[in-house]
Amino acid sequence: MLPESLSKAVAGQPLKIAALVSVGQHPLSRRERQADQDSRAVELALSLSPQLPSLIHVGSAQNNALRAYLGMGLNSLTVLNADPDADAVPALADYLRDQPLDIVLTGVRAECGEGSGLLPYAVASQLGWPMVPRIVSVVSIADGHADVWQALPRGQRRALRVPLPFVASVDPAADPARQSAFGPAQRGNIDFRPCAAEPDQARADWEQHPAKPRPKRLAVAKGGTAAERMKAATAKPQGQGGQVMTEGTDREKAEAILARLVAEGVVR
Amino acid sequence: MLTDWLLPMLLFGALALMLIGATRRVLAWRAGRNEPVAVVAGLLAMPRRYLVDLHHVVERDRFIAKTHVATAGGFVAALALAFLVHGIGVDSAILNGLILLSAAGMFTGACFVAWRRRQPPSRLSRGPWMRLPKSLLVFSTSLFLITLMTADWFPAGLVGWVFSGLLLIGLALGLAEMLVGMGWGGPMKHAFAGALHLAFHRRPERFGGGRSTGLKPLNLTDTTLGVAKPEDFAWNQLLGFDACVQCGRCEAVCPAFAAGQPLNPKKLIQDMVVGLSGGTDAGYHGSAYPGKPVGEAKGNPGQVIVDGLVSADTLWSCTTCRACVEECPMMIEHVDAIVDMRRFLTQERGETPGAGVQVLDNLIATDNPGGLDPARRFDWATDLNLPLIADVGKADVLFWISDGAFDQRSQRILRAFVAVMRAANVDFAVLGNDECDSGDVARRLGDDATFQRLARHNIEVLGRYEFNRIVTTDPHAFHILANEYGDFGGHYRVQHHSMFINELMEQGKLNLQPKALGRVTYHDPCYLGRYNGEYESPRSVLKTLGIDVQEMTRSGYRSRCCGGGGGAPITDIPGEHRIADMRVDDARAVEAETIAVACQQCTAMLEGVVEPRPQIKDLAELVSEALVTEERA
Repeated sequence: MLPESLSKAVAGQPLKIAALVSVGQHPLSRRERQADQDSRAVELALSLSPQLPSLIHVGSAQNNALRAYLGMGLNSLTVLNADPDADAVPALADYLRDQPLDIVLTGVRAECGEGSGLLPYAVASQLGWPMVPRIVSVVSIADGHADVWQALPRGQRRALRVPLPFVASVDPAADPARQSAFGPAQRGNIDFRPCAAEPDQARADWEQHPAKPRPKRLAVAKGGTAAERMKAATAKPQGQGGQVMTEGTDREKAEAILARLVAEGVVR
Repeated sequence: MLTDWLLPMLLFGALALMLIGATRRVLAWRAGRNEPVAVVAGLLAMPRRYLVDLHHVVERDRFIAKTHVATAGGFVAALALAFLVHGIGVDSAILNGLILLSAAGMFTGACFVAWRRRQPPSRLSRGPWMRLPKSLLVFSTSLFLITLMTADWFPAGLVGWVFSGLLLIGLALGLAEMLVGMGWGGPMKHAFAGALHLAFHRRPERFGGGRSTGLKPLNLTDTTLGVAKPEDFAWNQLLGFDACVQCGRCEAVCPAFAAGQPLNPKKLIQDMVVGLSGGTDAGYHGSAYPGKPVGEAKGNPGQVIVDGLVSADTLWSCTTCRACVEECPMMIEHVDAIVDMRRFLTQERGETPGAGVQVLDNLIATDNPGGLDPARRFDWATDLNLPLIADVGKADVLFWISDGAFDQRSQRILRAFVAVMRAANVDFAVLGNDECDSGDVARRLGDDATFQRLARHNIEVLGRYEFNRIVTTDPHAFHILANEYGDFGGHYRVQHHSMFINELMEQGKLNLQPKALGRVTYHDPCYLGRYNGEYESPRSVLKTLGIDVQEMTRSGYRSRCCGGGGGAPITDIPGEHRIADMRVDDARAVEAETIAVACQQCTAMLEGVVEPRPQIKDLAELVSEALVTEERA
């Protein structure tokens, strides 16, 4: 349900939302499917936008996996025609720049292909818009800002205020997607548009291997009560060596982050 | 004399009114989708369908069968003769005598109708139906006396203006109910709509001892998939709804109704009648959907059914057990209608309830309802060294494993059946990982697209190999392979394992040493029994095992569903009881220590009942336990 405050904001000026969708891959059958996280992004977009959100896909696929997004109750899907080895980022940025959009939603990472999760950052960077990772809901929109909830580990949520327009990735903790209905999926319109997508040169040289889960050493807690062992087994290891800064100026905070990055060897 | 001109006027006036009403009714049916029927052949076959097939069902209740023969037979004869004698003035003593005889027969029948209506069972509708016996009595009496009068067989001096006036009023009232009401939606509508329904039935194969239980395929390019509005039904389906006589036999056998889930097949059909004629259900005087008030449903031919006429919960409560269809004396197809409406909910609205969405997504992505790795389908038989048909190329028997392959309890049944086949040296092979879900659940959940994809895949795979027959331990797969793949080009000789084992036993291929099991009852799976008429083989197998089956009250064609069909455990519509509990209570009532079953779904449902309860054993397990292996021999 749309929060009341949001309905009012929406009633004043309809929100324009786009969801970027990819063709996913079922983890077991390897079959093409509607990607889970992207579907949640579409679900969030549908719940926010009384006018249907626009769906955008870069690629050449016209298959049931892509059509499944239409089955969620949308009339059309825009496909920016590009080869499978094309870099989706410039194509998306070029297209989105010309659209009157308030929010662009997508999943955290793709289910196949590169799946680095960098796409929303790269698109936002090219558009010069903020990027909010892992949101679960948009609480309200007022004065050109959106109040969103961001998912943190272990069910925690962080309230953020973001200026419109922005790009956000939708966390798997967001509401699951509604069922895709076969009829609307088949009847929906796929709108192919040409785009000047360049092949992704960097990726061309990469070798791909199936990912293997790495073994993880378990810290086995011995002794204590059952409750304590349970807690030890389920507790998330706390980050070490960090510090929480709530005081200080932005500059001091930025310097602390930079110092940390230098210390970790990330920035040289 | 007053009767000379008033009688024909009454008769033809009533006939004219009836015809006007009937025309309106026919137009209402014709608002449905076009469906070609054999008009002449249907009409010609109708009397036989009525007198033989329909009466065969009605006769399960002897009392009402005889009552109906007298009442309906008397009425039809009396009315036809009345038109001859009183309508067009044929003056014949023989005809007059026959009218008297028919009216007397009708009167006798009507007395029994009235007798049963003194304290009608809850399955019967009241309201106008309580008026019907009175109308029958008034009509038959008036006609009888008027005929006596016009034939001058009345003792002179008794006939006066007042008396004949009263008789004419009685006849007019009778005609209003019996003839006018037929066209205008009164209780007698069932005679007119029922006769045409028999003539234009959507499944003519059902008559003459045949069987037609497979669902009709959906055209996936239709502008609306499934049935959204009453006018989306085929016209002869609408006609079928109008044939309902509200006897409530469906209600009495419906497992969902008994469990307090919001489904009553009789009310559902009456709601469809409301939908096709427009209006509300305020005129309905039978049992409600459990937990839902009567009088709030509204509908018309162009209104979406689930938006105000029938709630989606009602449609999802059905286990597709077909008990209602089996029991319906008017041969109405409840299950077809329910699945048609589910198709709309799933394929247009995307509103499959409960875990249905997950199951359908899994079937789409992995070809099995659990979403398990399709490459591990055959893992259950790793140690059995089963011959893959891809390796051997051909075999006598293709063993269809079904999704039981992924379920540990079902695997015990599969292993038992393998042991039996090995003991009998059966030449069999399996598809292994090439087999997919048969599509049963997807289809019953309204996703015909996924069903059709699975069906085409399986048919393509089966087409690669040579085999004489398919044998499966799953009655659902059996039904689908035997009755629903034909529409897509898959025609096979399919056997359920009970039929196959029975054959092996008859051929003496099994060396058995029966064990004492105590009292055993047998639970007929719906998809083996009512869907495929196989009641004898499982009983014969049990008999060969030396088991004297203690039949439950509801067995054979009246078997109560375990609650596991039609995706009901997946959509899981709440009720007051669980259907499986009620079924195990049936078994407890005959003090059974073991319930023999022939379906893995039934096994799962009945074993889900809290202990202490009878143990649940599949036929294959009972047979394999009785096998004499060479080591032991």
